[in-house]
Amino acid sequence: MEVFYPLSAQEKNDTTTKMAAPMSNVDEIRNRVILGEFGVKNVHTTDYPGNYPGYDDTWDLEKFKKTFRIDIVHSDEDTLEFDMIGIDASIANAFRRILLAEVPTMAIEKVFIYNNTSIIQDEILAHRLGLVPIKADPRLFEYRNPEDQEGTEIDTIQLQLKVKCTRNPRAPKDSSDPKELYLNHMVYSGDIKWLPIGNQADVFADAKIGPVHGDILLAQLRPGQELDVVMHCVKGIGKDHAKFSPVATASYRLLPEITLLQTIEGEQAERLKRCFSPGVIEIQNVNGRKVAKVVNSRLDTCSREVLRHDDLKNLVKLGRVRDHFIFSVESTGILPPDVLVTEAINVLISKCQKFLTELDMAEMD
Amino acid sequence: MTHMICGQQHIHAASTGHVERAIDANMVRTDGADEGCVTFVLHEEDHTLGNSLRYMIMKSLSRVVCFYSQDVEFCGYSITHPSESKINFRIQTRDGVAASEPLRSGLNNLTEVCKHVLHTFEARMQAFRDKEEPMS
Repeated sequence: MEVFYPLSAQEKNDTTTKMAAPMSNVDEIRNRVILGEFGVKNVHTTDYPGNYPGYDDTWDLEKFKKTFRIDIVHSDEDTLEFDMIGIDASIANAFRRILLAEVPTMAIEKVFIYNNTSIIQDEILAHRLGLVPIKADPRLFEYRNPEDQEGTEIDTIQLQLKVKCTRNPRAPKDSSDPKELYLNHMVYSGDIKWLPIGNQADVFADAKIGPVHGDILLAQLRPGQELDVVMHCVKGIGKDHAKFSPVATASYRLLPEITLLQTIEGEQAERLKRCFSPGVIEIQNVNGRKVAKVVNSRLDTCSREVLRHDDLKNLVKLGRVRDHFIFSVESTGILPPDVLVTEAINVLISKCQKFLTELDMAEMD
Repeated sequence: MTHMICGQQHIHAASTGHVERAIDANMVRTDGADEGCVTFVLHEEDHTLGNSLRYMIMKSLSRVVCFYSQDVEFCGYSITHPSESKINFRIQTRDGVAASEPLRSGLNNLTEVCKHVLHTFEARMQAFRDKEEPMS
């Protein structure tokens, strides 16, 4: 890793001592991550005040506000793809980590098994039930008190699953299809019913509290087997157990940048086009010759395939733009993905506020 | 079992020097040691806050006239053991500045960044939805 030491007073005044690299090289070190043949270079953020003489890197909120941008690329009810430009990796990563582990949701925590004669063991069934996403807005509930065993209406949702499998009297004589022979032999998450506690029936009259998806297969039964289970949902975060994570996944990648160092024509251009993901490189007709041109580097998956070809590897420079993050948030359905991003940012703000109040309390003594 | 995650946090700060003192709400914080070199122990935290706070403090404003030196001489954090959820956040300052000052300004700056990101995101989502409306 390259480390930059601030210049001494003598070096600053010595005009004959110039930066070894030309200016454009410095900009590249500051702004780009370089994908080389054997390794990835310039990974870490180095633009702290004092590292680069001639640059004022001190934190300036106005400068940040001018360069910061968010572009929404794609949004539907489950996925959200957006770009965050002009922010540092540490903060973008903080948002990603919070989306995965610190945005609270409701999930099944306690399973009271009154009767389970199926072949699915109690603990396996309880584990599967815990992972079912529950459609209840976690912002309307509180965390349960650690000492509280029963749970109140403000912190608990009660659900019930009661299924009994019987033989189908109207099945054809020589059928072997379980769908015809048995009734209720597949237990789906749609069979989970909500039992309102206290005033929940009024407060959540129109909100359908229950599993997000009704077609998650929980267990299979045969005639005579029965499942009678009551479940309590509580509020929790992904740090405690992954079942509380509100996202299917949340990830980001840096915007790839492909620079062609020379004009690449003809057969080489065709081979170059095949080295990248479809849509990245286009062959254009310039003066009768086929010339390769980079049209959309965003689509590239950065496989660095071009570096495996000896005649092509020196003609292309692969890199990533250090402060351009392409976020992809996929929700499990509990909350829409844009609400999740908002909640994640609020969680980071509340973390800072907590420590600010702690500092104030410590100072007062 | 599920634990209460919010609440129950407090900061221990230990100054360097031969005496390591835990500071909590009840103890008086005066000893001869340099107030500019402090290790804060932040409980229930990890890389999420540690790395972003370290970045904001390293970028912090200098009050000194000379452009070369900043308030903060060193800022770093480490996770002492992955099983314990706490970080040791170390700040060393120059010129006798109290270490809690860059910490406080770093937290304030991080809050401002988050608020701006939030406003921008919400505005852009609204604009995106308004654009989609006539098409649906």
